Amino acid sequence: MVSPILELTNINKSFGHVQANKNINLKINKGTIHGIIGENGAGKSTLMSIVFGLYQANSGSIKINGKEINLRSPRDSIINGIGMVHQHFMLVENFTVLENIILGFEGETVFGEKLQKAKEDLEKLCQTYNFNIDLDATISDLSVGFRQRVEILKSLYRGAEILILDEPTGVLTPQEVDELFKILRSLKEEGKTIVLITHKLIEIMDLTSEVSVMRQGEMVGHTKTEDTSKEQLAEMMVGRSVLLRVDKKEIKKGESIFKVNNLSVKDDLDVTRVKDVNLEICSGEILGIAGVTGNGQTELLEALSGIRKVESGNIELFGEKISDQNNFLNPRMLKEKGLAHVPEDRQRMGLISDFKAHENLIFGYHDQEPYSKSAILNNKEITEYSNKVMQEYDVRPNSPNLITSNFSGGNQQKIILSRELNENPKVLLVGQPTRGVDIGAIEFIHQRLIDMRDKGAAILLASVELDEILSLSDRIIVMFDGKIVGEKENKNVTDRELGLLMAGVA
Amino acid sequence: MEFLSDIASLINSTLRISTPLVFAAMAGIFAERSGVIDFSLEGKMLMAAFVAAVGSYYLGNPWLGLLLAIIVCVCLSMLHGFASVTHKGDQVVSCVAINILIIGLTTALAAAWFGQAGLTPTLNEDQRFLEIHLPFSDALRDIPVIGTLYSDILSGHYVFVYLAYLSVPLVFWIVFKTSFGLRLRAVGENPSAVDTAGINVFTMRYKALAINGVLIAFAGAHLSTAVNANFFREMSAGRGYLALAAMIFGKWHPKTALIACLLFGFTDALQIRLQGVELPAIGEIPVQLIQALPYILTVVLLAGFVGKAIAPNAIGQPYIKER
Repeated sequence: MVSPILELTNINKSFGHVQANKNINLKINKGTIHGIIGENGAGKSTLMSIVFGLYQANSGSIKINGKEINLRSPRDSIINGIGMVHQHFMLVENFTVLENIILGFEGETVFGEKLQKAKEDLEKLCQTYNFNIDLDATISDLSVGFRQRVEILKSLYRGAEILILDEPTGVLTPQEVDELFKILRSLKEEGKTIVLITHKLIEIMDLTSEVSVMRQGEMVGHTKTEDTSKEQLAEMMVGRSVLLRVDKKEIKKGESIFKVNNLSVKDDLDVTRVKDVNLEICSGEILGIAGVTGNGQTELLEALSGIRKVESGNIELFGEKISDQNNFLNPRMLKEKGLAHVPEDRQRMGLISDFKAHENLIFGYHDQEPYSKSAILNNKEITEYSNKVMQEYDVRPNSPNLITSNFSGGNQQKIILSRELNENPKVLLVGQPTRGVDIGAIEFIHQRLIDMRDKGAAILLASVELDEILSLSDRIIVMFDGKIVGEKENKNVTDRELGLLMAGVA
Repeated sequence: MEFLSDIASLINSTLRISTPLVFAAMAGIFAERSGVIDFSLEGKMLMAAFVAAVGSYYLGNPWLGLLLAIIVCVCLSMLHGFASVTHKGDQVVSCVAINILIIGLTTALAAAWFGQAGLTPTLNEDQRFLEIHLPFSDALRDIPVIGTLYSDILSGHYVFVYLAYLSVPLVFWIVFKTSFGLRLRAVGENPSAVDTAGINVFTMRYKALAINGVLIAFAGAHLSTAVNANFFREMSAGRGYLALAAMIFGKWHPKTALIACLLFGFTDALQIRLQGVELPAIGEIPVQLIQALPYILTVVLLAGFVGKAIAPNAIGQPYIKER
């Protein structure tokens, strides 16, 4: 029998008190696309970082082609034919493609012949895989999709036989995902082995032939992809059965309550990021904003929630002008008028991570009764309220005195959601509600948003997850380069159609 | 002819005054391109001046004094690295600590060894560097323009002046034309990219700091064993900070940093020249104002230009590999 190209036995790894990997066993066969699926924090990336030599396991062994190897640094892994494309690209932005690829493998002290040779070799590789990359382009000028290709090219140039990709599709449009999958399939044809780390079930079903599931640092199952289903994998990931579809009632659309007229907004560097945007949301409706990260969604949400100045145009709430270029209501005044905001960047804007959970739960209401009286906090009331609301929102662990940063992403998001939904807002602005949130919590958060809609709130949902936009929204607008480039009722819209709009080509 | 010789002497002193700034700026480029802030150029320059002066006094040879200064400065750079690279301490705090330590240490050691607080004995001609007169400089002096250029501007400098200006193309070559330079720049921009390329981030930063130590030693030795013949208290007089400003103004690039150093050197040379001179229409400018010129210029330049200067992306951040 042929030994697997990569075999891990009893891998253990802890960071301080947290055991990220517990007794992991894994076999990966040559020439396959092997998926590793699990929720955020399940230990997938840690495990692959160990294989790549970036982290050192506390115990366990790694074999390549049946031979035990000791990986002390990424250099050892690279020499043994392992390449990794990280979730956050490991590229120097102001270097050229060529410089990034040869970094560490220059082969000569002073640039000269070898540099020319490297260039020729790379051009050949580009042709073989149809990469279409300009080697002299600066990374910062390249789109995310191209940067990812540079990463793949880098690994191939360094002689990778096993290519590990960590959440490769998170930042791509559906078309770019198609391109990537095409590349991965052709690499497989060439006999390369691919390890795909993801939390997206659809990718596993689409691309892999074998799949391993991780949960809370442990490997909970291996199976052939054809023998399993999305539902089964989701259950293995979460440890209980999960509803993958959102149940949504027919829309009961009310009158228009939130209106944006010809809005333009600049960012901190004085670049116009929102360009002449018009939109309208009715009560009982969820309006989804689709778009690739960085196309103005962030600045739009910030302007609407009163934390960024409006350059031109105006915003109306219940027919009353709340913001234009001369004056705007601050978030507190907006809150009093019934507008709530769940910010995109949970850690930076949604919470004070070093505060205890109960402090974050009442933040913004802390000076109101019953939480305080005559400027003195009423800890008894606060604790009582916190206990109640944490139970209601299923925040785990249910301990109001725990520092907020110790909660998982999903539970932090529930803390914010409970605070923002507390006063039954009429308008709810939500940015990336499930970024870095586990499936179980996603289900809960989605259900809450639908409940708010059914109660008659007008909801604006910005998300880079197309699935989320498609499953929650009643109406979808697409942002590209600060402008709204398309608007669709969410009936029979496909992610392909939206993808074209998101890429700015339709 | 009076006017021409004025200009020549102004350029001559600009070159001399800029010398320690150039060494320090090049030293700064190595540290900061690798992602390590170096405020301690000032302290290291002062220490180098002290060690070079004491070394050549006891050993009787200024080159040995320089060698000692290099060793001590490299050690100080390693100390900075130990605190801020290995132990991930705050880089600015580590630099400030070094600067304060050295102001006190040099004064105290001078008092203990020579009985005078912050002063070392005057070096004789064998113990210090002397001006180098280039061949034929006397013979060629009378040829118009070329003679002035060669004999009055290029000739008659200390060895450090020549070394400083030779170091600039060398630094440029190392930083932009060698694989070491590529790694150096990468480690200051995105250390994770360097780590995943199989290069040790810490080793790279230590190497950069070692070169930094060597270069800054030249600046100090120039002060105490060339232009002066002894060490005196706080003789670096803010040149380390000025060089840092020049490096930032020069966008961490050897060529533009050199221009900034020359500009600072020129205003300093000009202020010396302008003291007590009656200017037409304006009259005599107060000495205090003239002396403040280089510093005013620093503030103006930094306020006006630093906004556009983009620092290495990872500067000031200790590299933390595991979460």
